Amino acid sequence: MHLSPSPNPPVEKEGFDLWIEAGHAEKHYWLDLWHYRELFFILAWRDVAVRYKQTVAGTAWALFQPFLSMVIMTVIFSRVAGLPSIGNAPYAIMVFAALLPWQFFSSALSASGQSVVSNRDMISKVYFPRIIVPTSSVLVSLVDFLVSLLILAALMVWFRFPPVWNLSALPVFMVLAIVSALGAGLVLTALTVQYRDFRILVPFIVQFGMYVSPVAYSSDLVREKLGAGLFSLYCLNPLVFVIEGFRWCILGGKCRLLESPMLVSLAVSFLLLAFGIAYFRKTERSFADII
Amino acid sequence: MKEDVVIRVEGLSKKYFLGQQAGGAGGLRHAIEDAVSAPFRWAGRAVSGARVPRRVAEETEFWALRDVTFDVRRGEVVGIIGRNGAGKSTLLKLLSRITEPTRGCIGLKGRVASLLEVGTGFHPELSGRENVFLNGAVLGMRQDEIRRKFDEIVAFAGVEKFLDTPVKRYSSGMYVRLAFAVAAHLEPEILIVDEVLAVGDSEFQKKCLGKMHEVSTAGRTVLFVSHAMHSVQALCRTGILLNQGRIETMGPVGGVIAAYSNGAREETGGGGDIASNRSLGLSLKTATLRQEAPAGTLVVSAHFHLDKTISNAGLGIHIETADGVELCDLRPETTGLAFGDRKGPLHISVVMEDLSRRLGAGTYRLGLSFHETNWRSCLERTIIGEFVVPAFDVYASGYPPKYEKDGPVVLPVRLLHAE
Repeated sequence: MHLSPSPNPPVEKEGFDLWIEAGHAEKHYWLDLWHYRELFFILAWRDVAVRYKQTVAGTAWALFQPFLSMVIMTVIFSRVAGLPSIGNAPYAIMVFAALLPWQFFSSALSASGQSVVSNRDMISKVYFPRIIVPTSSVLVSLVDFLVSLLILAALMVWFRFPPVWNLSALPVFMVLAIVSALGAGLVLTALTVQYRDFRILVPFIVQFGMYVSPVAYSSDLVREKLGAGLFSLYCLNPLVFVIEGFRWCILGGKCRLLESPMLVSLAVSFLLLAFGIAYFRKTERSFADII
Repeated sequence: MKEDVVIRVEGLSKKYFLGQQAGGAGGLRHAIEDAVSAPFRWAGRAVSGARVPRRVAEETEFWALRDVTFDVRRGEVVGIIGRNGAGKSTLLKLLSRITEPTRGCIGLKGRVASLLEVGTGFHPELSGRENVFLNGAVLGMRQDEIRRKFDEIVAFAGVEKFLDTPVKRYSSGMYVRLAFAVAAHLEPEILIVDEVLAVGDSEFQKKCLGKMHEVSTAGRTVLFVSHAMHSVQALCRTGILLNQGRIETMGPVGGVIAAYSNGAREETGGGGDIASNRSLGLSLKTATLRQEAPAGTLVVSAHFHLDKTISNAGLGIHIETADGVELCDLRPETTGLAFGDRKGPLHISVVMEDLSRRLGAGTYRLGLSFHETNWRSCLERTIIGEFVVPAFDVYASGYPPKYEKDGPVVLPVRLLHAE
């Protein structure tokens, strides 16, 4: 391009607050994101408000679904299959400790994947940093997560299972859950805008993901039965670290989070987020054209 | 003068692909192919930074905008006109950053608000109150800003009683009023408006026009896209005519509109004028409004051309307020502005005197119509321009009647008796 002299004299761009140029990533993006920070909460609030306006049971649904999943998994995997729990923790609590991040992850993934497509009216008529849309739907799932912490409290009271000091580290693992959910969510959002096939694929990805994550069973079992080699492969799943982290916080016991396969899982979460943001930023510029 | 430029557009181009869209109606085979190849394509792109083309053969390029360059100075009100597909909406979308240019660049100075639609982001399940906050945030307003203007917005929309009703139960009029009220309270330095005026009843359209007029007189910069030539003419001083993605003409709005009408008429094989009736061979070539001394005197000059004889030709004069409220529609049988049977060029000058004794101080618009046998209208009312009625202390009270305050019409009122 620089071989042929430009036919136009260089353009005077001094003094403009905003300079948009073809193919140039905007320097204003993160500043804009800060300017629009309120929109992020407003969109999340809208989704929560609308859901509770249209449903009869409202908040109860956020409790009902994880509770029922926990009951079924406990019955099938503990009573029927006879899998062991971790330490002396009741199987129900072990399962629920994993269901908390898993439910958050899966609902965040499904919601953010749909978010841009279902807000297409806004996307094609108004400018704002597009990343707000999938991010705010992750926030909605976070609300559900906080509500379902109530079940955990109830379970701990029911089984007379006292909390351990590790619980104070839970926010750290929550942040990691958000990192993985946002990373995967951003990739899926961008893909869904370009290829609507992913609308159909997401439920399958979520279902598949539950089997390859240590939700209904503990990851120790995988390590024992499949050996170290396959376990390393298993740890490419970023949720392995997050879920086992939750279990460590809630159940206590020996900490195996710092072993190398587990750290791979942790690294994958951050790589996923970095890739998610980069890929989303790359595609979002054309969202309005292809949506 | 340079520092006064608030919008600079240089060599702006936008390319779209026609036909096959990814994941679109390409059939199952293509969809799967796309889905399968997608990760490889983006992986390839992410690694090499180069674009890996996707079935280019099936896509056709289409330049919606091509090498568009212009500057807009602070306080200018620019009308963007052109036929469907000329690139108007694409230009607005680029300026409001909804989509990115393929080539070229845009410089913007100051806070930009774009209004390509009223009620963007409104959710039917939410109440009017909630939607004001939601819509405000979507348009880029801060929550405290909305809270501050909330009462004003609600009053403007006139929906106080229904604030806590879900907007799905609103009548369409209420809905549009509320949506416009939010948008109207944005305080941008640059306002970009698409044909929002096309929605809603005529009452609402007038309200929109009035508000936009207000914005423009407050010294803000407005870019306005419309098909309605009379609103473009009434609001804008500068015009840009787009044709097939390129700027065809740019300059004072009258000339640009004339060029547009020419283009439209060339299509159908007519001549070039402000307005015309081809079947009768009647056209309005030029029309001017001149304010003269003493204050409150207005001279209207119009040059018609009649290809065929029109019997009992007459001129109709129409006056409305800047926000579109009709004040009078004077027909030739009433005013006596009739010229018998005419053919060929017809130059008419009409003087209107003492306007400030009859109209409140403010801005008004004047339109002309042409009539034939039985005073039938054969050239629909065309707004030819605006005039300003200066303040005049009719009642000798020290407070001259103003349109804003006292309404448009000034009637003789004198105290007879008070006890």
